[in-house]
Amino acid sequence: MPTKQSLTQKNIRLSERAIEKILLLAGISSVVLIGLIFIFLFKEAVFFFQTASPFDLIGKWVYDEWASKNIFNMMWQAVSKIPKYSLVPLICGSFLVAFPATLISAVIGIGCAIYLSEIASNKTRETLKPTLELLAGIPSVVLGFFMLAVVATVVQNLLGTKFRLNAFVGSLGTALCVLPIIITISEDALRAVPKELRDASYALGATKWQTIFGTVLPAAISGISAAVILGFGRALGETMIVVMATGNAALITLNIFSSVRTMTANIAAELGAVAQGSEHYYALFVVGSVLFAFTFILNIFSEIILSGMRRKLRM
Amino acid sequence: MTPSSSVSYPLQNLSVKPFNLLEACLEVLVRLFILIPFFSLLYIMTKIFQLGFPTLSWEFLTQPPVDGMTHGGIFPCIFGTLSITILMILMALPLGVAAAIYLTEYAGQGPFFRIIRAAVNNLAGVPSIIFGLFGVGFFILFMGRNIDGVLKSGLLFGQPCMLWAAATLAVLVLPVIIVSTEEALNAVPQSHRAASLALGATKWQTIRDVVLPQARGGILTGAILAISRGAGETAPILFTGCAYFLPRLPVVNLFGVIPMINPLDQFMELSYHIFIMATQSTDAAKTLPIQYATTLVLITLTFLLNLTAIVFRIYFRKKLGQVSI
Repeated sequence: MPTKQSLTQKNIRLSERAIEKILLLAGISSVVLIGLIFIFLFKEAVFFFQTASPFDLIGKWVYDEWASKNIFNMMWQAVSKIPKYSLVPLICGSFLVAFPATLISAVIGIGCAIYLSEIASNKTRETLKPTLELLAGIPSVVLGFFMLAVVATVVQNLLGTKFRLNAFVGSLGTALCVLPIIITISEDALRAVPKELRDASYALGATKWQTIFGTVLPAAISGISAAVILGFGRALGETMIVVMATGNAALITLNIFSSVRTMTANIAAELGAVAQGSEHYYALFVVGSVLFAFTFILNIFSEIILSGMRRKLRM
Repeated sequence: MTPSSSVSYPLQNLSVKPFNLLEACLEVLVRLFILIPFFSLLYIMTKIFQLGFPTLSWEFLTQPPVDGMTHGGIFPCIFGTLSITILMILMALPLGVAAAIYLTEYAGQGPFFRIIRAAVNNLAGVPSIIFGLFGVGFFILFMGRNIDGVLKSGLLFGQPCMLWAAATLAVLVLPVIIVSTEEALNAVPQSHRAASLALGATKWQTIRDVVLPQARGGILTGAILAISRGAGETAPILFTGCAYFLPRLPVVNLFGVIPMINPLDQFMELSYHIFIMATQSTDAAKTLPIQYATTLVLITLTFLLNLTAIVFRIYFRKKLGQVSI
């Protein structure tokens, strides 16, 4: 016969274990959700290949009436007599927006991070950093609308571009959205560089900027590159800004002042109008899967770099 | 501990510093760079205020749109945004806080912890439109249709509605809540846990009565940040429940008397309203004042929420004896 006390103790132990199990379930929720996203994107995407060949994602031989011969057609034209689902113009569009956006925000962002970590006083930094958070907190639809309504006109007047809405306007907006991320992570990386390294550099007679370029930046380079990679992933995945500000014409071009259509914008613009279960519907999930694969790899890559950096710093 | 704290570099201060043009230029350059995010924020805020404020009025905030949305107010959008963020935070907060408790108090530092950590970070980097696709594929078509199948309720759950839109947003803001809760839990001194355990409290009792009460402020900050993020997102709800125009509010009378949000109805929403008015409406130029005013309402809402979160965080960190932001 167990005593009353040992019974309550047993109950406590049982409830402790039950609580731990419940918390474990919550704890692995992110892993489960990432898994579910994988499964449900790819599951729908696979159906596309029931009716179409993987080759269709690059292009299709289509008989051209004007030239009276078959022409290899690389177009995204989902609503037409012969639907074409080439991903080439979409990937081209995505990169034409994401590359300049990352370039702009990396140059400015690393500069800002150097200022915040090496030059600014504590007080200045503590007033500036919340500003960055407020910038990061602007909804992307607001940035997109702002680009569409205000900046596009300014850019067109300044540069005299043919299209009012183009990849450049989109990448400016995306750069604003990526900038806070790059600044925050690069600044963390710079500030994690031990003070002794700076002291040693100064002791050898190096000036401030010699120390920054010769010692601090090389020491923080892994964290900074992780920040840029992460920023690039965000730029690729940015949706509302590009759907509103890039003009949405699916062209294969390297001209940054041309209208483009990104993978994200393509999904946003077309999914609302397709019948669930149609080839077009599955094609959009293919686009989503490709996009997800891109950003997933970039995220994992920067995560590995950052966790390696953290481990090195702990030692 | 900050690297560049009150201890200055004696050698640097003593050395004769010849004027170096290149160094001076670089310093000016980064000083100019830091002004870019600052002035972008200022420019966006003032421009939208300037263009949106004249249209703003009490009627605009409390009336539904009329005449094919070319006139009238945006009350249903404000109502929709508030309802969906409430539903979202009800789903995301318990899950996120529980996940953070597990991560900080139970998971240890092993490979298992690192996998969860990586998943949280990765979830934060998933493009928002992917959440939209996920919402359609998982919540509406898989969960909704299956619930309908079990309940034999026709097509009630298996269609876009506020419940699934809120669930999609909840997945999106989950990392925000987990990260800030974790930070709040880690800020509670280890000695407090040890003291509680030494007095004979169990692990859960310690968490419930010692750790969580001290972390309340940080959790609240995370919840506010999550609400702000959720209120501004558009892409995840594009296909999971937003309506272009809805003549009624998504409200149902519980037991015929108590009015409450109807999670199975579609809804209008501020950010979606901006999007469709600017890109899909027949005469976007004609409704430009309404677009600016709606944007002003949304940006004011998120700005105030973020500001509150920042102020809270500074306050609670001071209380815990940390100064750095």
